[in-house]
Amino acid sequence: MKEASKTTKLIVAAVTVAMILLPLIHSGGSVTAVIGFLVPFVTTVAILAIIAIGLNVQWGYTGIFNFGVVGFFMVGAFVAAIVTKSPADSEFVQYVGGFGDRLAFLPFLDSREWLPFVFGVLAAALASALLALLLALSALRLREDYLAITTIGVAEVLRRVTIEETWLVNGTRGLTGIPRPFAGWFEPNVYRFVFLGLALAMLFLVYLMVERGISSPWGRVLRALREDEDVVAASGKNVFAFKVQGFVLGAAIMGAGGAFFAFQQGAISPETFTHFFGTFIIWAMLVLGGSGNNIGAIVGTFVVWGFWSITLQIQGFKLPVYIVDRISFFRDFVIGALIVIVLLAGPKGLVPERARVSRWLDSRVRELRRQEAATQATATVEPASSPVE
Amino acid sequence: MSTETVSPRVEAAPARLWRLGDAAGSVVLFGAIGLFVIWSALTHPSQFVAGLVVGSVLALGALGLTLIYGVLKFAHFAHGDSMMLAAYLAFFVLSGNLVGTRGTDVRVPWSFADLPGATEPIWRFSFGYGLLLSMVVAAALAAVILILVDRWVYRPLRQRRAGLAIFAIVSLGVAIAMRSLVLMIWGPTPRFYVSGIRPTLQLPGGPRIPTDQLFIVAAAIVLAVAVYLLLYRTTTGRAMRAMADNPDLARVSGIDTEAVVRTTWLVSGGLIAVAGVLLALQSQLKPELGFILLLPVFAAAILGGIGSPHGALVGGLVVGVLQEVAVTVGPLSPGYKFSIAFVVLILVILVRPRGLFGA
Repeated sequence: MKEASKTTKLIVAAVTVAMILLPLIHSGGSVTAVIGFLVPFVTTVAILAIIAIGLNVQWGYTGIFNFGVVGFFMVGAFVAAIVTKSPADSEFVQYVGGFGDRLAFLPFLDSREWLPFVFGVLAAALASALLALLLALSALRLREDYLAITTIGVAEVLRRVTIEETWLVNGTRGLTGIPRPFAGWFEPNVYRFVFLGLALAMLFLVYLMVERGISSPWGRVLRALREDEDVVAASGKNVFAFKVQGFVLGAAIMGAGGAFFAFQQGAISPETFTHFFGTFIIWAMLVLGGSGNNIGAIVGTFVVWGFWSITLQIQGFKLPVYIVDRISFFRDFVIGALIVIVLLAGPKGLVPERARVSRWLDSRVRELRRQEAATQATATVEPASSPVE
Repeated sequence: MSTETVSPRVEAAPARLWRLGDAAGSVVLFGAIGLFVIWSALTHPSQFVAGLVVGSVLALGALGLTLIYGVLKFAHFAHGDSMMLAAYLAFFVLSGNLVGTRGTDVRVPWSFADLPGATEPIWRFSFGYGLLLSMVVAAALAAVILILVDRWVYRPLRQRRAGLAIFAIVSLGVAIAMRSLVLMIWGPTPRFYVSGIRPTLQLPGGPRIPTDQLFIVAAAIVLAVAVYLLLYRTTTGRAMRAMADNPDLARVSGIDTEAVVRTTWLVSGGLIAVAGVLLALQSQLKPELGFILLLPVFAAAILGGIGSPHGALVGGLVVGVLQEVAVTVGPLSPGYKFSIAFVVLILVILVRPRGLFGA
């Protein structure tokens, strides 16, 4: 976080302190309570940060506007759930799939505990990517505002389908009892740390993959076409193909994040995936953190979700009823206002994007500067000549 | 517009073939929509009439949206929530109610309902003149709010020449803020302007409808005519259309563009408020109304051709009818009602992004 400013550090520190102090005060100084609060909090931050990075690939790097994040998020969660669950066995619970037992085909290493989940995450990413591909091939040529309303509409229709088609994923009653990877191997008390580790590992994996991709020549084309499509087209790149790739990759990441969300929650229903929670919060996280920077996406997720959790914690204190009644609406108001204020005042966010073409160019520039400095130091004439910027 | 909506590379591809396909697709799509509307008028008169009623409200909303789009060149995602907020403002000046603690209401000392006879039903409607007064006040308040939001939020973005996407996300932020304000002030439970039974009326040779629906359609027609006269018969209207055509040209011809922007918000604010109140009168007032309205209103504006006032009116009526009729004749469950609007929207966007009357 070299590029983080003082304000950013201050905000992150304030949220961190609040995240430790509030449960500490609330429980009357119990460290166990603080850990019990922090572990699920950090797990959720890790999962939502994966989704924020997915959006960052689409918007921050490729410049594609997606207002339907919740659609991909939700598809990922439901696909992971129906892949890892056992088949529906009662007439009151209906859903397709339920491959969990069949996917545990390895006879060793207790494969029911992990193998279906590998497939679950892959299937979630794949389903989300397919949806994105379909959407991209038809709608990606549209102008930004048309794309915005199209993506929001796709997400809304998907939500409707999960609600109305009760045979698909059990309608509004949703899916419960979604299994968790390795859950059978540990005590529940220890398992939360294991799952936290899994979520963090996934976040790290996604982060590394995206960073690698973005600093490659492929990623450079994405960033270039975000700035100016015509220039990229003029230099002989197939703009549309690159945009599709960026959009699909981002969606696959969102799907994988959705899968982890399903495992963490253990129960999901279409009502969890509102546009506010599934799309808008993620946008707030990315915009606040700094679009075009994965670290920014993670920091933004931490701050926004921290603020969210603070308002939940405050509800536990003895406060006047008229405040407790309204605090969740107030929280939504602040998040809405936050987006507006950030985009008006400091559109770069907490951790701004680094202006970098490539590492090679960076090192080349450094080398040239060094040579310049060396020649200036040895030169006896005009030592006060203006330094090269 | 067509060259803007489709990126240049696509247009430069086999352009002639593309245009031919475009034309054929448009004929098929709009032909199918037109036939469906005529067919539903003949076979499902009661749903058709219900569709026209909802459609006239959508038309007002879409008219406001299309004016904002035409003059300010951005997609106003806070449109649905502005309608909802304005409808709540009307509710407040009429009843004076605010939510207190634990769902009970607090009433301010005076409101329009306290005027003598303000709640006595006019003719066979369910409401009295108090609601009409409240509607006018709400329109004024909505216009003021929208002008202020424009000054503090959209104008800085305009001056910075921010992209369409930034406008879209900022206006969605405004929408969220509006909705949560309403939730804080009036609470999540549905509200009604008038309680009790709604009087109905037998249409000659047609279905029986709530009398209020006549008022809704009449108000929509009056307002649409007023906006038409404003746009095509006044200097202000000419300035607005000039700016919609070419903002830079309008500026160099001496038009005070910021004044035109204010007028646009004023007119749209009025349309938004009346549409919101009429919709709440037709069903009920709840905070989710804003988002529910967003897709149909956008669908109506885009179907008619965004930026085109006539288009918005036609689009509103068509989307209203499609929405009401499609879920009663097909295998779709009524829950899909608002998804119909979206399907229409995406078909139009894909086949003919400039819509029916788009330039």
